[in-house]
Amino acid sequence: MLKQIEGSRAVAEAVALCRPEVICAYPISPQTHIVEALGEMVKSGALSPCEFINVESEFAAMSVAIGASAGGARSYTATASQGLLFMVEAVYNASGLGLPIVMTVANRALGAPINIWNDHSDSVSQRDSGWIQLFAETNQEALDLHIQAFRLAEELSLPVMVCMDGFILTHAYERVDMPTQEQVDAYLPPFEPRQVLDPDDPVSIGAMVGPEAFMEVRYLAHAKQIEALQRIPVLAEEFKRQFGRDSGGLLHTYRCEGADTIAVAMGSVLGTIKDVVDEMREAGHKIGVLGITSFRPFPLAAVRMALRQAKRVVVLEKTLAVGKGGVLATDVRMALAVEPVEVYTVIAGLGGRPITKRSLHALFRKAEKDDLDPVTFLDLNRTLVDKQLQREKEKRRSGPAAEAMLRDVGAVAARLV
Amino acid sequence: MFQVRIHGRGGQGVVTAAEMLSVAAFDEGRHAQAFPSFGSERTGAPVVAFCRIDDREIRSREPIMEPDALIVQDATLLHQVDVFAGLKSDGYVLINTGKTFAELGLAEFFAQHRADRLCTVPATELALKHLGRPLPNVPLLGGFAAISSTLKLESVHKAIRERFSGKLAEGNCAAASEAYAVVKKEMEEARHAQAD
Amino acid sequence: MSFQPIKFYQTGTFTVGNRLLAPEERSVQASIRRFNSINSGHRACQGCGEALGARYAIDAAMEATQGQLVAANATGCLEVFSTPYPETSWQIPWMHSLFGNTAAVATGLAAAMKIKGKKEVRVIAQGGDGGTTDIGFGCLSGMFERNDDVLYICYDNQAYMNTGVQRSSATPPAARTATTMAIGEEPGNVFGQGKFVPAIAMAHEIPYVATATVADLRDLEDKVQRAMGIRGARYLHILVPCPLGWGTASHETIKMARLAKETGLFPVFEAEHGEMKSVLPIRRQLPVEEFLKPQKRYAHLFAPTPRVEIIARLQAMADRNIRKYGLLGGTQ
Repeated sequence: MLKQIEGSRAVAEAVALCRPEVICAYPISPQTHIVEALGEMVKSGALSPCEFINVESEFAAMSVAIGASAGGARSYTATASQGLLFMVEAVYNASGLGLPIVMTVANRALGAPINIWNDHSDSVSQRDSGWIQLFAETNQEALDLHIQAFRLAEELSLPVMVCMDGFILTHAYERVDMPTQEQVDAYLPPFEPRQVLDPDDPVSIGAMVGPEAFMEVRYLAHAKQIEALQRIPVLAEEFKRQFGRDSGGLLHTYRCEGADTIAVAMGSVLGTIKDVVDEMREAGHKIGVLGITSFRPFPLAAVRMALRQAKRVVVLEKTLAVGKGGVLATDVRMALAVEPVEVYTVIAGLGGRPITKRSLHALFRKAEKDDLDPVTFLDLNRTLVDKQLQREKEKRRSGPAAEAMLRDVGAVAARLV
Repeated sequence: MFQVRIHGRGGQGVVTAAEMLSVAAFDEGRHAQAFPSFGSERTGAPVVAFCRIDDREIRSREPIMEPDALIVQDATLLHQVDVFAGLKSDGYVLINTGKTFAELGLAEFFAQHRADRLCTVPATELALKHLGRPLPNVPLLGGFAAISSTLKLESVHKAIRERFSGKLAEGNCAAASEAYAVVKKEMEEARHAQAD
Repeated sequence: MSFQPIKFYQTGTFTVGNRLLAPEERSVQASIRRFNSINSGHRACQGCGEALGARYAIDAAMEATQGQLVAANATGCLEVFSTPYPETSWQIPWMHSLFGNTAAVATGLAAAMKIKGKKEVRVIAQGGDGGTTDIGFGCLSGMFERNDDVLYICYDNQAYMNTGVQRSSATPPAARTATTMAIGEEPGNVFGQGKFVPAIAMAHEIPYVATATVADLRDLEDKVQRAMGIRGARYLHILVPCPLGWGTASHETIKMARLAKETGLFPVFEAEHGEMKSVLPIRRQLPVEEFLKPQKRYAHLFAPTPRVEIIARLQAMADRNIRKYGLLGGTQ
């Protein structure tokens, strides 16, 4: 059914349709509307049977999910940014134990400095935790990915992180097509755990593994992610047949046929890029865009296939490998290792800095002329940076950097971008 | 695509206005996208919200840099925030005020602008009258329906009833209707004045 | 004819076997059919108080629930020595997640049992003092506040033993640990605020809080049984001496636990909803030296110079406990 609702609400309704049995949540911007909506549904009886637990920290949230999942219940939680970091020990524990927890991460920048706006640094910081990480482009895809996530997680016995841009998607009202309960039930069967704490069949979960077997246990985690590369497209295909739309999968290409320049990105910025691609194609430029949906497992082969014919690739990412360049770009480079394709890294949108069509038009035109540095920070205020560097050069006690720079920026409220 | 930017202060329902605008457009079978500016919001601080309306899927996520229409919920922002930045040369402007554009000190700024696209409506007073509360956001949507022709008043009413109930819904509908009438009249008069 | 003096508490109701009692009044451990929840073959040190306490507690819990039990275990000695891959000592459904989240994992297990309609399956969380009073404290308090249906058992050996005897917030003053060496002005652990989690549990007013030691098996079993008869958040804090960490002889574990109680340093009691309900009284009060002397972790209080003032402070602590908890029985 078509609805005009907030992204968070769409996700909450989709999660509810997946018949979660235990939801545990700790509030953090910008995930709050998701867990509030789910809490309301449980309290009103709309989502039943379901245990909704208000936990005392994100660390507790993931831990309760671990216990619930080990007890055989379909478990869900959501977080962002600092909250994700606070639960990292448990994040690794969940994937190490092979518990099929689904978690929404409403992507938000990591501090310090504290920042509540969108970028991908939070999810991406956990890229080697063993979780599957799927990035949604739109609120429709966000809600669809949650349905696919439960199915994928339980099939593989691996937890899945569904990533959606905080505020940009979570707090945007847009049209979504909400599936029916029957549709979701047909796609997502009840949870059959691979391991469960059951007095009728006692097992010990979480034993210490020493040097004699640890490599093998970790290899199996690696193999599971490789297996996921096969399963993700299959489940997306099945989803398309049952729900009638293209959502999920490993990646999406847009107007890449015959493109000399292909932009690569994840998440909501793909929408803005597509508008720019259309406008540039209109003006005769051979440009396309590749959207990566499955960030982990990273689809090396599929990315290579999608990009190898291009002359150059512009990886536009909302993450920074500090001191190095790009995170996504590093993975893309690995995929293109043997291909003669130039890869440009563009760090953009950190901490919620808007990515505008105007900037993208200029950026892609520069790329086409190969007039780009290997690593570019989009719309960087070089003056602001230089001023701070100068300040630090002049004085030992230069004070907190962020504060000094904000003073230079001036009143923010008066500005739009 | 039609792009609306709404300016106001925290606590005035700017975000709700954008959301309801998108719902009204949706009710007419169109695509709509509404989102706030995500500033560090607190009551009284300047707030911006955006709404895009189109007949096809809306993909872009950037803030609205070149609005087709502006709604200013709080006239005290006029000389504090650059609310008119990027406004299209024939864009619509709707300001919540009992004053005229001239009295607001905007006559020179809008000297070359189409007069029938510049409207004011005392939305706060209308809200007080119909709702008993100084919430101008919803009445302004009624005014917007009059000014823009991209939205029907009935759709605004429908969106109001989806969001609110009881006296709040009816009061908001009445205020929106009156705002609509006020703005329609203003546009008529402006057109006549131009014709003279 | 030679004779051997038999101390009173070696006979009667305080032995494990206790043939003097009717069968139904005997301890769980006395039965050949006990669940043996933590089976032999684990890697605990000789004389480990925690292995003993866990066996007592979990067997009693299994008896009380007729085997319908699942357990979450914190990282620590118990977890490490009971589950060396690929073997496990546990005969019950058991899981180990992390160090600081055991109470939360148990909360999750309880929710799962409830939602799956397995209302008769009960949940136990267990951890050492480190995993409970320090790193696990936040999750513990959260579980208390929500009154989740979990019995949390803390096996308190008063330091982070598994990692090499480092100080925890449960380490008593003046005790030597690897991070509170017996040197300087204030040798051993400082005289700080202390952190007696049973009292904090009482402040949460949860349905049941109790302390116990491995010296009083029947008392411990009774408390576990009582706890399993109650729904909601429950907390049991068991003193489990550690021969290695305390520097005591491995055959003296039970005796050390008894001395802790008899000196008043470790109060043994029960509380419900924040109100004291019962006390296991000191049978014959002993001066704290009796407890301190056998332990190498307190050796610096006796040699080279007897630290009379420190011992006096510890005695004052014991006396305060006796007053506060009414440990000598009678009126408080």
